[in-house]
Amino acid sequence: MTAVQTPFEALTVLIAEDSAADRLLLSTIVRRQGHDVLTAANGAEAVEVFRQQRPQLVLMDAMMPVMDGFEAAQQIKALAGETLVPIIFLTSLTESEGLARCLEAGGDDFLAKPYNQVILAAKIKAMDRLRRLQATVLQQRDQIARHHNYLLNEQRVAKAVFDKVAHSGCLNAPNIRYLQSPYALFNGDLLLAAFTPAGDMHVLLGDFTGHGLPAAVGAMPLAEVFYGMTAKGYGLSETLREMNAKLKRILPVDMFCCATLLCLSFQRRSVEVWNGGMPDGYLHNIASDERTPLTARHLPLGVLSPETFDDRTEVFPMAVGDRVFLLSDGVIDTCDASEQLFGVERLHQVFAANRQPEELFEEIEQALRDFRGEARDDVSMVEVSLLDATQMSPPTLVYSDSGQSCPLDWSVSFEFRAASLKRFNPLPYLLQLLLEVHGLRAQSGALYSVLAELYSNALEHGVLGLDSNLKRDASGFARYYQERNARLDALHSGYVRVHLEVVPTGEGGCLSIRVEDSGKGFDIARVMERPAENVRLSGRGVNLVQQLGRNASWSDNGRSARVEFFWDALA
Amino acid sequence: MSVVTEVSQDGQKLTISIKGRFDFAKHQEFRESYEHLIPKPESFEVDLKDATYLDSSALGMLLLLRDHAGGENAEITLTNANADVRKILAISNFEQIFDVA
Repeated sequence: MTAVQTPFEALTVLIAEDSAADRLLLSTIVRRQGHDVLTAANGAEAVEVFRQQRPQLVLMDAMMPVMDGFEAAQQIKALAGETLVPIIFLTSLTESEGLARCLEAGGDDFLAKPYNQVILAAKIKAMDRLRRLQATVLQQRDQIARHHNYLLNEQRVAKAVFDKVAHSGCLNAPNIRYLQSPYALFNGDLLLAAFTPAGDMHVLLGDFTGHGLPAAVGAMPLAEVFYGMTAKGYGLSETLREMNAKLKRILPVDMFCCATLLCLSFQRRSVEVWNGGMPDGYLHNIASDERTPLTARHLPLGVLSPETFDDRTEVFPMAVGDRVFLLSDGVIDTCDASEQLFGVERLHQVFAANRQPEELFEEIEQALRDFRGEARDDVSMVEVSLLDATQMSPPTLVYSDSGQSCPLDWSVSFEFRAASLKRFNPLPYLLQLLLEVHGLRAQSGALYSVLAELYSNALEHGVLGLDSNLKRDASGFARYYQERNARLDALHSGYVRVHLEVVPTGEGGCLSIRVEDSGKGFDIARVMERPAENVRLSGRGVNLVQQLGRNASWSDNGRSARVEFFWDALA
Repeated sequence: MSVVTEVSQDGQKLTISIKGRFDFAKHQEFRESYEHLIPKPESFEVDLKDATYLDSSALGMLLLLRDHAGGENAEITLTNANADVRKILAISNFEQIFDVA
């Protein structure tokens, strides 16, 4: 690469000199040095010869008729463009202004008359070095530009694919507002949302370590697990365990994904939260204008082994209109000119000054601009609000099988014992089994909600013996779920039995579901007579089962629940 | 030098001190500070007294050290972290797998 030691290479040298005797003399000297020579008798000729034959170096007399050397030098430099064509002025000028003019006109050096062969040879050599250096720089610049364009194009294509993945969920649902920098994904930010079969909404805001494509590649497998398991009816805990295990398996040790996962239940009016390594999110209670921080209690996804991973979630009650706000660290880690961080305090000031909840995003962005001048490229914010269950309409599922092999007369019974109850969620399997019956598919949401309700009642109130009265107020609500986790951890006996029976009736059919538990049971009559307005946080389940299913009944002192679903002939 | 190492006299403990921003720019230096030590020290201390900031790639580097030092059985102490650095360690819950003193 050292230009100094390049082997001798003959150059084509243009000699522009109006004196025929000098022209001949110079031509002889330069030829003798091994170069090819072109000649011109004035500036205009020199420009023309250059245009046609592109010599690599020019020896230019300053004073010539028709067009002088200064003008010719300027034109040749313009024609040469980015390529360096060194011009050495031949001059008898001695005063400094004259010599300076040679350089101003675009000359690279000058040689005083009369010519000294040794110096001329040395100058041609030195100029050739410069010329090669410039050529190398240009070549490398073009190569870098090509690579850069190539990368940009790759990123554009990858972004198009990633956008499809990230937006195949329900980010356009009426209760979600979000804001992401256009290339946030390439800074590792990921936002996903999808409905569960019961009509709950799962939301994930994630932030992978690092930048660029390496930060974005983990997004694909994570999204796949998120969408797949949410659609099948898995809860946050199972989905989290699977995402963590997958990332742990495929990512290098120093890569991980900070993430907050939400499960918003419009039926139960609650939000379940798991935060691993993300900044505090906020649950905004509109009535009291209080914001409950949703703090990171866990390590990011992809750090711990499946055996040590902690999938415990927290559950908070919500009222219609309440909002959950999540953000990436791009917001609070935005730096100003003196490396000061925007920080949580300033975010809280924006919260405090906010009057119209709809304008919160814009106000945060404005605050970031005021603070720094421009927003970072990895700012992600999402706000999910709780609407009334009737306002939410999860999309209907599309099935691809023909229905010819649909099972119509069968029954099955399961018994789930303590070790399974601790970690295993049987609902997705049960639902999948039931949806083999085509007549039930139109009611899959209601079916799942009822199954989920009966199962969690049997587990929580039956097997674990939790009192739903705890859930009367917000603090009791949180305590209820803490207690649930603690009792589940300590569980060593008990069962939940699920009996499913499908029988054909005329053109349609009937499904009956019976769920039994090993608990103490409850006073059926008292629960049934409780007035509806007192069941804001607790007892919603019984109502739900009665509304969504048919002929709901409880027996064996509340230890056994039964409900039916009917369908008519398929169109 | 922004990453300074010191091995205890008995060779059992390596102390790595970080100066300035602990981010991707220190990746090479940080890895080299522990990778080729023979015999491998029993325990590690990362002194964050002069670390002004710590980003997610620094957390990744700590995970690499943890992996090198024996994964779940690694003995690593993070010491003298300032308030900002402590906050980052708290949000990421790295206190669960590192001994933050």
